[in-house]
Amino acid sequence: MSKPEAKKVDRRKFLAGVAVVGAAAVTADSARAAVLPNGQIAPVAPSALRPSTLMAQVDNGVHAPPAALGTHAGLTQGRPGSDYMLDVIKSLNIDYVVTNPASSCRGLHDSIVTYGDNKKPELITAMHEESATAMAHGYFKASGKPMIALCHGTVGLQHAAMAVYNAWCDRAPVIMMIGNSLDATQRRPGVPTTHSVQDPGSLIRDFTKWDDQPTSLGHFGESMVRAYRIALTPPYEPVLIVMDEDLQEKGFAADAFPVIPKFVMPTAAAGDPNGVREAARMLVAAENPVIVADRAARSQNGVNLLVQLAELLQATVIDQGGRMNFPNLHPLYARGGGPIATADVVLGLELTDFFGTVNNFTDSAEVTQGPRVKPGTKLISIGMGDVYIRANYQDFQRYQPVDIAIGADAEATLPMLVEYVKAEITAARRAVIDKRGQAAAAAFANSADRMRTDAAGGAWNATPISTARLSAELWAAIKNEDWALVARDQSVSFWPHRMWNFSKYHQYIGHSGGAGVGYGLPAAVGGALAHKANGRLAVNIQPDGDCMYAPGALWTAAHHNIPLLTVMHNNRAYHQETMHLQRMATWRERRVDRWKIGTTIENPNMNFAKLAESMGVVGIGPIENPNDLAPALKRALEVVKSGEPVLVDVVAQPR
Amino acid sequence: MKFSRLAFAVASVCVLSGGALAAQAQAPAGDAARGKAIFARVGCYTCHGFEGQGGVGPKLAPGPVRAWPVFSTFVRTTSRDMPPFTTRNLTDQELADIYAYLTAVPASPAPASIPLLMQLGGRSGLPCKRALPCPGAPLFYAPTA
Repeated sequence: MSKPEAKKVDRRKFLAGVAVVGAAAVTADSARAAVLPNGQIAPVAPSALRPSTLMAQVDNGVHAPPAALGTHAGLTQGRPGSDYMLDVIKSLNIDYVVTNPASSCRGLHDSIVTYGDNKKPELITAMHEESATAMAHGYFKASGKPMIALCHGTVGLQHAAMAVYNAWCDRAPVIMMIGNSLDATQRRPGVPTTHSVQDPGSLIRDFTKWDDQPTSLGHFGESMVRAYRIALTPPYEPVLIVMDEDLQEKGFAADAFPVIPKFVMPTAAAGDPNGVREAARMLVAAENPVIVADRAARSQNGVNLLVQLAELLQATVIDQGGRMNFPNLHPLYARGGGPIATADVVLGLELTDFFGTVNNFTDSAEVTQGPRVKPGTKLISIGMGDVYIRANYQDFQRYQPVDIAIGADAEATLPMLVEYVKAEITAARRAVIDKRGQAAAAAFANSADRMRTDAAGGAWNATPISTARLSAELWAAIKNEDWALVARDQSVSFWPHRMWNFSKYHQYIGHSGGAGVGYGLPAAVGGALAHKANGRLAVNIQPDGDCMYAPGALWTAAHHNIPLLTVMHNNRAYHQETMHLQRMATWRERRVDRWKIGTTIENPNMNFAKLAESMGVVGIGPIENPNDLAPALKRALEVVKSGEPVLVDVVAQPR
Repeated sequence: MKFSRLAFAVASVCVLSGGALAAQAQAPAGDAARGKAIFARVGCYTCHGFEGQGGVGPKLAPGPVRAWPVFSTFVRTTSRDMPPFTTRNLTDQELADIYAYLTAVPASPAPASIPLLMQLGGRSGLPCKRALPCPGAPLFYAPTA
C-alpha cells in the first residue's frame, strides 16, 4: 500500500461543498417527485424506479460524508478513494451490491457498510460469485434495475464467468465490479499477488459489452457512469469495472474527489421508418402473419404494444419466453412452433434464434434439417442482434436470411410499426383480418376444457407427482396473491403457462439465457429481492440438479429475509442428461440400462427440506403423495407471507 | 425423416386392411407388470413419464394406445427425435410387455370429478408438441435437471 497523499482537507471548502449539494438536493427532490392530479406530491419508491439524473443528485446529497482525517501514521489520511467510488455508485441509484467477500474489494466493502451505512446500496451476502452474479441477473429482470455483483479479482471472476455468460445471452445488464492490484510494488506478496492480473476483463470480454480498469478516481467516475449507461442501452448487457486496490484504499483530501459525471437514462434505437413501413405493408397484406417474440418486451409497455399489434392484425403471437411478451390466455397466444408452418409472413422480434424458429432440426443419429416454413414465406426481423454481436461464443446462432432486417430495438420500434399497420389496413383487409380473428377466438373457445382433460390424463393421481398436479396445486395456492414466477417452467412441461394467468410483465422473468446450470436458485432469490420491495409473492419452481449447484442461495434468502416460495421439482436426476444418455445408447445399439450412471441423483435421495432447514429456510417435505400437496403449500404460503423464504420439496415426474 | 413416414404409412396400411393383415395387428401376449419395469429400465419414462402420460415425448397412455403395428413399427424404425429401439436392446417380448403395460394403465379421472381442475382457467396445448425443438427453446436448451 502506498503512503497516503499529504494533502490536507480544507474543511471550509468541504462545508461549502456540502451546502451547494444540499441546495441542489432540495431542488432535485422537488423535481423528481411526481405531482398527482390533486396537486399533491406522490411519495417516491426508489427501488421501483429507474435511476434518473435528478435522483442521482438527491441520493448523492442526502448523506453527510464524514471527514475521516487520519492523525497517526498507519491510519488512512483523508478520505479513502473507495468513498468516492461509493458516491458514484450512489449517484446511479443502485439499491443493492451482492458480493462474496473479497480482500481485493475490501476498500469499497468498508465504504459501503461504514461510510454508506449499508443503505442504498445495501450489501447482500452471496455464498459464491456465480450465485452473486445470477442474483443480480434475476434481480434486474424482476425490477428493471441493475444490481452490482462485487467479486474478487481473478478467482472470483473465474467463478462468476458462467453466470456472466448467462446474463450476456439473456441481455441482462449485470454490473460486474472486481478488485485488482495493478502496482506490483504495492501488492501484498503471496495470494494477493497470485490473484492480481494484467487484464482482468479479458476473461469475460467475449461476453460483456464493455470493461475498463480505471487508474484514477476521475477515471473511475467516468468509466463507472459510462459502463452503467452502456449496460442500460438496449440491447442490455453486462459490463465490468475493475477497481484498483490502491485506488480504493489510498486517502484523498475531500476536495480532491472529482466531480461525479452526469448520468442520463439512454433511449433505445427505433427502426428506420422506410423498413418499418415496408414491414407493415407485408404484415397487412399477409393471409396468415405470425409474430414470434423472444426478448421483445422490456417492460409492461412492450407487452401492451405487442398486444396492440397482434390485435390490429389478428396475428398469432408465438411467445418463445425469453421474457414475458404476451398474455398466455389471449386467444392469439401460442408457444409451439405449429403456426410457423402455415405462415406466409413471419415477424421475428428480438429472436435469439431465427434459424431455429423457421427450420426443423432433428437430433438423431443421422441429422435431418430443413425449413419449417412453406416456400415463399416472407421473413421480417426486428432486433438488436445484428447491431451488437461478438464473434467467439456462438450464442448468435446460425445465420438466417430474411426479407427485411431492421436493426433496432423491438419495443422501441413497435409504436411506429403499430401506426404504419393502422395506416395500411383498408376496409377489404379489415374484413380478412376480422375473419382471422374470429377463427382464432373459435379455436381458443374450448381451450380450457382441453387443458383440463390433458391435466387429468397426465397422471393426475400418480406418484411421483405429476407436473400438471404440482402446477395446478401451486396455482390454487397463489392465484389470489400478487404473484410473480421467478423461474422458467420448462422442466414442468410449461404447465403454468397452460394453467396460470400471466398478464403482467413482472409475472415471468424468462430463463437463464446461456443455459448455464446453477442459475435457477440464485436468480430466483435475486428476483424475490426485487419483488419484496413491492410486496409481491415470488414463486420459484426449482429443478433439483440446478439447486445443488448453488444451494447457498437459500442461506442468502434466509439471512436477508427475502420472502421466496420455492417448490422443488425433484425428479432425482439431471434429467436432461438422462435423455441424452438414453438416446446415445439407443443410437449405438448398446445397453440401454446404463444411462442412469452419472445422470441420476439417487442413492441416497436428496432431502431438500432438510437442506433448506440447515440454512435457516423453512423446509417442508419431501411430498410424495399428491394429496399432501395442498396442505403443504398452504403452510408454505403462511411462511412466505410472513416475510420469510420457504421450500417445499416435491418428488415429481421427470417432466 | 422420409423413412419414418414410410414406416408409418406401412403400419397404417396394416391397421386399416382386413383379413390376414388384421391377424398380424394383434399384439403378442405381454406381461404388464414386467412391461412397467422395462418401461423404466430402458428409459421410456424419461420422455413419456412413468405412467406414459407424456412430457417431452407425446402421451402414450392411458386411453386408446396406438394399434400394435403402428406402435411396434414406430419403436423399431423411427428416425425422428426418438431413436429407434432395435431387437438388440429391446426384444420383441420386452416390447410386447411394454405394450401390455401401456394398455393396462387405468383410465384417467374425468376432469369434472376433480374440483381443483374445474376451478382453473387456462389453455390447451403443450407449448411445443414436438419432442424438439420448439422455436428458440429446443429440448436440450434450458438448464433443467
